[in-house]
Amino acid sequence: MFRRPARLNKLILTFLLAAGVPALRAQEIRTLPVQGNVYMLVGARGNTTVQVGNEGVLVVDTQLEQDAPRLLEAIRKISDKPIVWIINTHFHPENTGGNEALPRLANAGTGARARVIAHEDVLNRMTASTQPRFPEATWPNDEFHTAQKDMAFNGEAIVIEHISAAHTDGDSIVHFRRSDVLSVGDLFTPGRYPAIDLQNGGSVQGLIDGLNRILKIAVPLKYQEGGTYVIPGNGRLCDEADVVEYRDMVTIIRDRVQDLIRKGMTLEQVKAARPTRDYDTEYGIDARANEAFLETVYRSLSPKK
Amino acid sequence: MIVALLLVPVLLFAAPAFAQIDFTGEWAPLYHEDAPERGPGPELGDYLELPLNDAGRMRADTWDADRISVVQEYQCRPHASDYGLRGLGNLRIWREVDQATQRLIAFKMHFLAYDSERTIYLDGRPHPPEYAAHTFQGFSTGVWEGNMLTITTTHLKANYMRRNGVPRSEKARLTEHWTRHADYLTIVSVIEDPAFLTEPLVRSDNWYIDPGQRLAIFGCEYAAEVPLPEGTVPHWLPGTNANLTEFANWYGLPFEVTRGGAETLYPEYRSKIRNYNPPAVCTRYCTCTGIIGGGCNVPPPRPPQ
Repeated sequence: MFRRPARLNKLILTFLLAAGVPALRAQEIRTLPVQGNVYMLVGARGNTTVQVGNEGVLVVDTQLEQDAPRLLEAIRKISDKPIVWIINTHFHPENTGGNEALPRLANAGTGARARVIAHEDVLNRMTASTQPRFPEATWPNDEFHTAQKDMAFNGEAIVIEHISAAHTDGDSIVHFRRSDVLSVGDLFTPGRYPAIDLQNGGSVQGLIDGLNRILKIAVPLKYQEGGTYVIPGNGRLCDEADVVEYRDMVTIIRDRVQDLIRKGMTLEQVKAARPTRDYDTEYGIDARANEAFLETVYRSLSPKK
Repeated sequence: MIVALLLVPVLLFAAPAFAQIDFTGEWAPLYHEDAPERGPGPELGDYLELPLNDAGRMRADTWDADRISVVQEYQCRPHASDYGLRGLGNLRIWREVDQATQRLIAFKMHFLAYDSERTIYLDGRPHPPEYAAHTFQGFSTGVWEGNMLTITTTHLKANYMRRNGVPRSEKARLTEHWTRHADYLTIVSVIEDPAFLTEPLVRSDNWYIDPGQRLAIFGCEYAAEVPLPEGTVPHWLPGTNANLTEFANWYGLPFEVTRGGAETLYPEYRSKIRNYNPPAVCTRYCTCTGIIGGGCNVPPPRPPQ
């Protein structure tokens, strides 16, 4: 059994706190049928997307290793087929931790391994010497370095797009084209400010670009409602209208902070100006998290010295 | 005697149905309340009668009306159920009945504005979990309180409390009380919004039965109207919106009165008002009782004082 190093535990905790994940009740994983062949599995670490069909099961983001039995239990209520594909939207442990354990438990009868797809920057981060050690068995084994990777599974076209320098440098969004569902990872966390991992290549502008890309793909069914559904990394099921609200929030805060930076304000002066105070009641978890988000935006926009 | 005994259970089972009021029919709105706001639209900076908190006020102050046209996704965004009662509120109400039991399952509503349709469940079903999708109409359930139908709506998408940028968050909860007096329908609505209100916002709207009403198709198609870069989100930086004093100047109101807030809702506030200089003759929205400006006298604005 793999024992997580203390630094990895710290990384997990940091991002769960930054993402505003409420009090963890790890035993609970709830299933929401989304549309077509796609389901949203809601766990304490965030959301997992599952696509099922005659060919097997595809999983987007696998939560932590210890979540694998409960995640599998939820998947088994949808499909008894083997887990054939895994896609990681980015490298964080709560998205990749179950990459090895989940298919091992699911495919115990056959011993078949799952292919784990991710952008090559996910693999780079997981194998970098500066990162807490990720067990080799959890590394992606089918990485791509292009802007887009296409595949088909269960009779459905699936498009994986790399979004660079957003939540991290290795983000991907996954479009299930027939089901018309997007799984977008932590690029989009409705109801809370985004957690931008500057240390691992994230940026506020990249995040905005990613949100705009989601809007480009999504098509509402009627009057800005329904149509393409968007499964976020954390939070409730959404559609295009929800992403618009969120994109506008991040864009407006970027503009405000950029304006204050142009005026020569220091970080402390920007904090004192409270440029997010009209959004804090809607997206803020607590004062500390709000300040951390503002600091991230400031650092992301400040000229590099 | 036998007939009487047979009638007893029939009457017992039928009793709840008699207690239910028939709200079905074609209803035309009465605009005698808040006509300028509901018809032609509110003035910029008019926050009268709104128990706004600082966050709501700042959000409205920094809102730019260009956003409605520049951001295509806003062009056909419908009124949410709380505002739909006040917009182009011609509506149709009909019943969904369980054919096997003849029990009322739900009232259905169709609004002229944006062809919005809404369901109010009366069969005791629970509201969806928090992680389910939100919609502009929300998820509504009703209970009878005597002859009054009280409706609770959750799962609302973010929308507006007033169409001049005053926001209403997706955290809001809407409670309605429906009563019918002969040919008149009155709906008292209560919005509780922890993000932007310091106390509930209570409003009322009225309709009269209009059997000859024919609801047209609303029709809306979004299109690029302004040649700006994709992802542009018009807004005012804090403290830069010069339009906010227009409303106070046109009506001779002290500026602070127009800023809203719970205190300004109550009669006692009148004693605090200083420098109220209403125009000697009404020059703006004087006979405004129709929709889309019908009957409204809107001359060019007076120069700022």
